[in-house]
Amino acid sequence: MKDYLIYFAQAYPNFRRAELESLAHYHGINIDLSHHSETSPFLIVQLENDEQARKIMERSVLSRGIYELWGQGNTLEELHQSVKDNDNGKFELYNKSSFKFDFIGYMGRRNNKQKFEMIESFQFLAFEGPIRMKNPDEVYTILEEYEVMDREKATTPIKMWFGREIQLSARCNNVLDKYDLKSRKYIGTTSFDAELALVTCNIAEVGPKKIVYDPFTGTGSFLVAASNYGGLTIGSDIDVRILRGKGDVNIKSNFKQYGTTTEFLDILTMDFTNNAFRQDFFIDTIVCDPPYGVREGLKVCGAKNEEKAAGRENVVINGEKAHLRRDFIQPKKPYELSNLLDDLLKFSASRLPVNGRLAFWMPTANDDFEINQIPQHENLELLYNLEQEFNKWSRRLLVYVKRDEDYKGVTKNGLKENNIKNFRDRYFRGFSEKSK
Amino acid sequence: MKFLTTNFIQCAVKGCQSSDSSFPLKYEECELVAETQEFKPEFLVHMLEKINWSALVQVARDLGNDNLPTEKPELDPIMEDDVLILKDLHNLLVETNILNGKMICNNCGHIYFIKNSIPNFLLPPHLCN
Ligand SMILES: C[S@@+](CC[C@H](N)C(=O)[O-])C[C@H]1O[C@@H](n2cnc3c(N)ncnc32)[C@H](O)[C@@H]1O
Ligand SMILES: [Zn+2]
Repeated sequence: MKDYLIYFAQAYPNFRRAELESLAHYHGINIDLSHHSETSPFLIVQLENDEQARKIMERSVLSRGIYELWGQGNTLEELHQSVKDNDNGKFELYNKSSFKFDFIGYMGRRNNKQKFEMIESFQFLAFEGPIRMKNPDEVYTILEEYEVMDREKATTPIKMWFGREIQLSARCNNVLDKYDLKSRKYIGTTSFDAELALVTCNIAEVGPKKIVYDPFTGTGSFLVAASNYGGLTIGSDIDVRILRGKGDVNIKSNFKQYGTTTEFLDILTMDFTNNAFRQDFFIDTIVCDPPYGVREGLKVCGAKNEEKAAGRENVVINGEKAHLRRDFIQPKKPYELSNLLDDLLKFSASRLPVNGRLAFWMPTANDDFEINQIPQHENLELLYNLEQEFNKWSRRLLVYVKRDEDYKGVTKNGLKENNIKNFRDRYFRGFSEKSK
Repeated sequence: MKFLTTNFIQCAVKGCQSSDSSFPLKYEECELVAETQEFKPEFLVHMLEKINWSALVQVARDLGNDNLPTEKPELDPIMEDDVLILKDLHNLLVETNILNGKMICNNCGHIYFIKNSIPNFLLPPHLCN
């Protein structure tokens, strides 16, 4: 095993361990991240080789890069010493390679003159290869952590690392710009921000040849994110208008925009609770943002008033049963989020393969949240409950994995048991006491 | 809706879920269009593993194509002859789109419509749950 240094992005620190763990698991790589701290963007991990490092970093959204660790110290002298002590023939190995130096400063940085002096100070490496600013064989990176006291800018780092760059993340290769909603042709009020949609797909272990299903597709944010990682995507939604888009601007055209049309399988108008996928249809992963009634209704097919609707199936128009006509509009009725989440878990438990993942977002009010509100199913193990906090409410990314028969979980739904009121009502009433 | 998708879907009515005759649906009055797509042989080989072949043959027949073999072919994208067959399958499964049409459940007789390439599986109230 070798030491590698991971440098994280300053975004969603409570999600990044889950992301890396999942990427490692996806590639069958063992990695211990138990010492990860949400307050530090630097983490040293042990891996077998560069290939493993490359694999876990390539798709990452919440990391920036991974480096083969050559040395570390609290001062430049300590760093020099540490690099020398850890040589083990490394200097020789890269002696003839072209190279350049790079600097990463956390909470502080150096000016060009200082950088130049730093580079000079590493002359003992005695590299003979040419310096190349564009596409060098190797990039040596000096990473530094500064401490900010009060408001003053720190001038000397408290910790330094020297590493050989192995792989920059998808983030550093501009995946966020590429999928930014601002430049996406078809979006709507329900579109999910690209960064967290991509993170969701990483944690859900989306990948080439995997069939990814979003039962609440909307404008297809999760489908395009999944297709970025090679997932074969299929989506359904109760609202045909949102699936259709406007003219040439629709879900399909988004796939065209991103060059992933081969990863697009299809979209269907469907009420999730009256699902038309055949029982043995092979879904590998489910990712979604279920409707919770803030920007869109939570509806299912059915009559609001059953008494009034009784007998309508016998209505005939122009010699045809009304409900069998092409222009028939299927009535919808309201439904409870707690029931829908039950349905989602049940569906996932029966359709996912063992080890297949379900990842979805659930809104919760901060003042009455209790952990038992997170729904559970006996065949699904809850792997992650990752909170994105807003002012009075949060949304949580819940990730479950389907287990085999030996796994004995419990089925429960605290939302239902505790009679937690409609999230939508509380949202529009500012989460006031009274709205509880 | 892609031809391929016909292999994934059955009647949405709960009472039909366990009936053998609710899959595949019966396709009628279908208007087809060809949409050019990049040929990816590995994708097709992967999909073939998962496809219910007899259902595929049946739907192809509904749509006027009697040319599929009755047994699922074993195809290898490295073999030249196989590539030709894969191209045909690509043409049928991926490039053929049903723009408009009807899908009928052989068990309960309910009719679903495909409009502007999107199938509609929403149910009338008396068939829900
Ligand atoms: C929060 S939005 C998800 C939006 C989506 N992530 C996007 O990128 O636009 C929830 C979606 O669920 C749909 N929906 C509501 N009830 C549904 C049901 N019973 N079955 C299927 N979809 C439903 C809504 O039409 C809406 O598009
Ligand atoms: Zn039926």
